[in-house]
Amino acid sequence: MTDWTALRKDFPILDQEVHGQRLIYFDNAATSQKPRAVLDALQHYYLRDNANVHRGIHELSLRATEGYEGARARAAKFINARKSCEIIFTRGTTEGINLVANSWGGANLKEGDIILLTEMEHHSNIVPWQLAAQRTGAKLRYVPITGDGGLLDLAQLDRLLTPEVKLFAFTQLSNTLGTINPARELCARARALGVTTLVDAAQSIGHLPVDAQDIGCDFLAFSGHKMCGPTGIGVLYGREELLEAMPPWQGGGDMISSVDFFESRWNTLPHKFEAGTPDISGPIALQVAMDYLDQIGRESIAAHDHELAQYAMDRLVEIPHLRLFGPRSGRAGVTSFVLPEVHAHDVVTLADHRGLALRGGHHCNQPLMRRLKVASTARASFYFYNTKAEVDRMIEILREIQQYFSRGS
Amino acid sequence: MDLDELYQDVVLDHSRRPRNYGDMPEADAHVHGDNPSCGDEITLHVKFEANRDIGDVRFTGNGCSLCMASASMMTQKVKHQPRAQVTMLWDEFHRMLTANPEPQDLDERLGELQVLIGVRKFPMRVKCATLPWQALKQALETTP
Repeated sequence: MTDWTALRKDFPILDQEVHGQRLIYFDNAATSQKPRAVLDALQHYYLRDNANVHRGIHELSLRATEGYEGARARAAKFINARKSCEIIFTRGTTEGINLVANSWGGANLKEGDIILLTEMEHHSNIVPWQLAAQRTGAKLRYVPITGDGGLLDLAQLDRLLTPEVKLFAFTQLSNTLGTINPARELCARARALGVTTLVDAAQSIGHLPVDAQDIGCDFLAFSGHKMCGPTGIGVLYGREELLEAMPPWQGGGDMISSVDFFESRWNTLPHKFEAGTPDISGPIALQVAMDYLDQIGRESIAAHDHELAQYAMDRLVEIPHLRLFGPRSGRAGVTSFVLPEVHAHDVVTLADHRGLALRGGHHCNQPLMRRLKVASTARASFYFYNTKAEVDRMIEILREIQQYFSRGS
Repeated sequence: MDLDELYQDVVLDHSRRPRNYGDMPEADAHVHGDNPSCGDEITLHVKFEANRDIGDVRFTGNGCSLCMASASMMTQKVKHQPRAQVTMLWDEFHRMLTANPEPQDLDERLGELQVLIGVRKFPMRVKCATLPWQALKQALETTP
């Protein structure tokens, strides 16, 4: 059995007061906190090993290169890619999706093609496709959700997943609804029609076991900072055959094998997609985050998330007239809600003054908000270092907020 | 306490029962303003007098209590007012929320709007209170 409370000691940031009250950090869907081991890895790299990667002959460059490429191999293992060369380091999920939309999209999309998305996508899995559609003449189509329950309406999928669809891009875990989508089933149905698939794993990567081969996707993108790693580093996984066939996205050093005045030859994978000096400390620290999560066990983390989310849902519905979004069962640790008569921003400001970090707004899901006919929601998102006692305190605080705003009415 | 300075009774009253709330199809200007980071959005409807002074003003939309209260109080304060008076109020309101250090010599004609001075202590919320005013500025600039 994991001693979850003991793990909190690995996160010095959690041990502080905010506005004179114990910090409760419930904004993990925005970014997770980082354990000391990850911070130590960043510092160790800069104190001992910092040099530019590849091409260097000297000792430090060798260490930096081994650290960087070792992290790539670790990332491949983390998501069960077939080969290390299928791992492209990016700045994060957003950059990974943009890379595919530009490179793969530019080479494969044309007028009349359909890009299939879902109504629960984050802006980062909508806007790059809108741009690709503008460039190529392709059109967007959306799989609807079932309403506040927040499941994909899979009964519609047969009607929507037609031969004109060239790409199906969807989130594995909704950042607002907490829905876990059946990624394996969706990819299988797409594959049967020859449709290329991209999985946005930004929310799932640190919270569920994610196995790219088992899911059967063509592309999968995630960020390091939502899984205990630093900001500014992420991974794009792509099947080797697809990446091989794709043109480079950005040009520069490292992505070429030879350059002449008028033409160049591209480097092999994965370097073809990594122009310029990359973030080196990022992958090295991300590798430590992967080790850290695997030491706890991603199945255990998913079970903990799920239990805490169910507990939070059970307690949230005790609050009269609170509107709750997302599935009632089988969900991840993200809960969105609206307190009657209190705007999400006011909820978050008052909560903050009680030491509780929530998020209020549209969560980069404006189309989803319109679909749900709300301007914004308050969101509490959990990680393994959060506790039921913290959820209880949140409920107390929400009741106080409700009282505070009902005065004089 | 800071929070009570922010959420004064009069602010809650205006946010719950916003004045001058509603559509005005016959208005000369319909200016939409939104805070892309949070989802606050309002549309300000302004009718101008023949001499370009402000006539009737109404607003529609959805925002947090600070945004709604600010819009409600603003419309009360600027409707049927001479343009120079509205410009003065605009400048004073912005000085109240954004000038450093905190101004001690605010024009008393701001009146009830001064209850929003507590927003100063919440930098993340200043844009909530100023959103209706940004729309007003745009309406003034586009006067026919």
